[in-house]
Amino acid sequence: MPKLRSLRAAIAQEVEDGMSVFMGAALESLIPFAAGYEIMRQHKRDLTLMTTISDMQFDQIIGAGCAARVCGAWVGNVAAGLGHNYRRAVERGEPGPLAVENHSNFSMALGLKAAAMGVPYLPTRTLMGSDFGEEASFAGVQCPFTGENLLAVRAVKPDVAILHVQRADDEGNAHVWGNLGVTQDAAMAAGKVLLTCEEIVPHEVILSDPNRTLIPGFLVAAVACVPLGSHPSPTQGYNRRDDDFYFDYHAKSRDRAGFEEWLNHWVLEVEGQDGYIERLGTERVARLKPDSDYMAAPVSYGY
Amino acid sequence: MSYSDTELLAVVAARQLAGVTSVFAGVGVPLVAAVLAQKTRAPQLVIVVEGGSMGPRMVPGRLPYSTNEMRTAPRAQMLPGITDTFLFAQRGFLDVGFVGGAQIDPYGNLNSSVIGGYERPKVRLPGSGGANDIISLCRRVMVVTMHERRRFVPKVDFVTSPGFLSGGDSRRDAGLVFGTVSRIVTHLGTLAFDPESRRLQLESLHPGVTVQQVRDNTGFELPAPEHVPVTEPPSAEELETLRSIDPERNFLG
Repeated sequence: MPKLRSLRAAIAQEVEDGMSVFMGAALESLIPFAAGYEIMRQHKRDLTLMTTISDMQFDQIIGAGCAARVCGAWVGNVAAGLGHNYRRAVERGEPGPLAVENHSNFSMALGLKAAAMGVPYLPTRTLMGSDFGEEASFAGVQCPFTGENLLAVRAVKPDVAILHVQRADDEGNAHVWGNLGVTQDAAMAAGKVLLTCEEIVPHEVILSDPNRTLIPGFLVAAVACVPLGSHPSPTQGYNRRDDDFYFDYHAKSRDRAGFEEWLNHWVLEVEGQDGYIERLGTERVARLKPDSDYMAAPVSYGY
Repeated sequence: MSYSDTELLAVVAARQLAGVTSVFAGVGVPLVAAVLAQKTRAPQLVIVVEGGSMGPRMVPGRLPYSTNEMRTAPRAQMLPGITDTFLFAQRGFLDVGFVGGAQIDPYGNLNSSVIGGYERPKVRLPGSGGANDIISLCRRVMVVTMHERRRFVPKVDFVTSPGFLSGGDSRRDAGLVFGTVSRIVTHLGTLAFDPESRRLQLESLHPGVTVQQVRDNTGFELPAPEHVPVTEPPSAEELETLRSIDPERNFLG
């Protein structure tokens, strides 16, 4: 099967009901919102959503009834406040019950790092003494050399990591820059990687700057070219954060009926990413472009 | 020059960073205060934000809403990703953690997870994010928050981020070798911890604020010294610099 696919096909073929799906690996940047919308359109069910912080994306997917469980450090709306759907799900089981496994950003990062290293846990000095340090993903451990007490974080192994990147080739070799979050560890920890990218570039572009390759193609099951695929979150060099979109979602999702209207307007009634960009309108899309390029100094790989 | 509660909070918080080399700052007032400190008393200050940006150059009027908005990347010293950023902290390289408020108890424990019982909470809050890690791993932590009775509670419903736990040596006994929560900076004054019991007490008052006013806004008993020092009011220069950092008042309200 070729790796280069439409977003619809990639989600249909690579994401199954009941899977654990890691998204938001770069925290509030490069969030694969378009992939999340497609998960909602295809009515995936019983997913375990894994993240550090995926801004308001998880609130949307929880509201759409696709998730049975969340495993992460933070669910809400970063600029606007609490996640209304997250609250309704945890506080009163609406639209369905939601199990929560608490992490901090660093404990999730270490859980992925452990899986990426092929070891069952990593020791750390964080989380000790807190109430969620008692949960099943964490245990006290003693250093065999010094006798120090540390906290062990169990390896986190998502079935699939969905990552948005600036550019990739058709083999899935991906260049990423800007805020990286836990992107590389998420790719190495997961059973497979699904990429969305702003641009598909020739293989030669990847080879021209191998230090910028965070994800080698052999980890990648599918790659879909999805311009503005992180909207409303930013993609360095391509699109700014659309702050108003977050505040608007926060206001509309305050009650269930308002969220359903939002969901219909922006996701369910929309024909894929092209339809979504059409709803945003050319003016809004133009406003999201950076004022100008800000180029790094080129480096020589001369030998 | 008159000023708002949030402006006062930001100015007083910024002063705490005089002489500090590195600060791990949360978005909102802590970040605004860190930028103000950089422009006034701490030009050497390296700001670290949680999304994985070290030494970002914050452009006045374009402060980020989130810790790894792409505004934090251009002209930063380093973009190591978040795992490595926290490893810098765990290694002991970051001097001060600067975090916003949530629910806080007399021992400086913070809750940003749930209000009410854990299983059926009255309010499910977003969770730790990186707050626990900043408080567990930075050498010294300061909490910057508005002073409201609903925030200052006798006992937090959930310890998301540990202060001095149950007081005395309990923080160290839990294995937290780093750090202390050294001070709570609010818009009414500053609170610090008794060195033995590790319970909060009043340390200073802002101009025009009374001890009674602080106590009325605190949900637990708050000892105060007989003579409470009064904070120097914000200077015109501090206020002008502060307002230039956030001219649209996205964070100053």
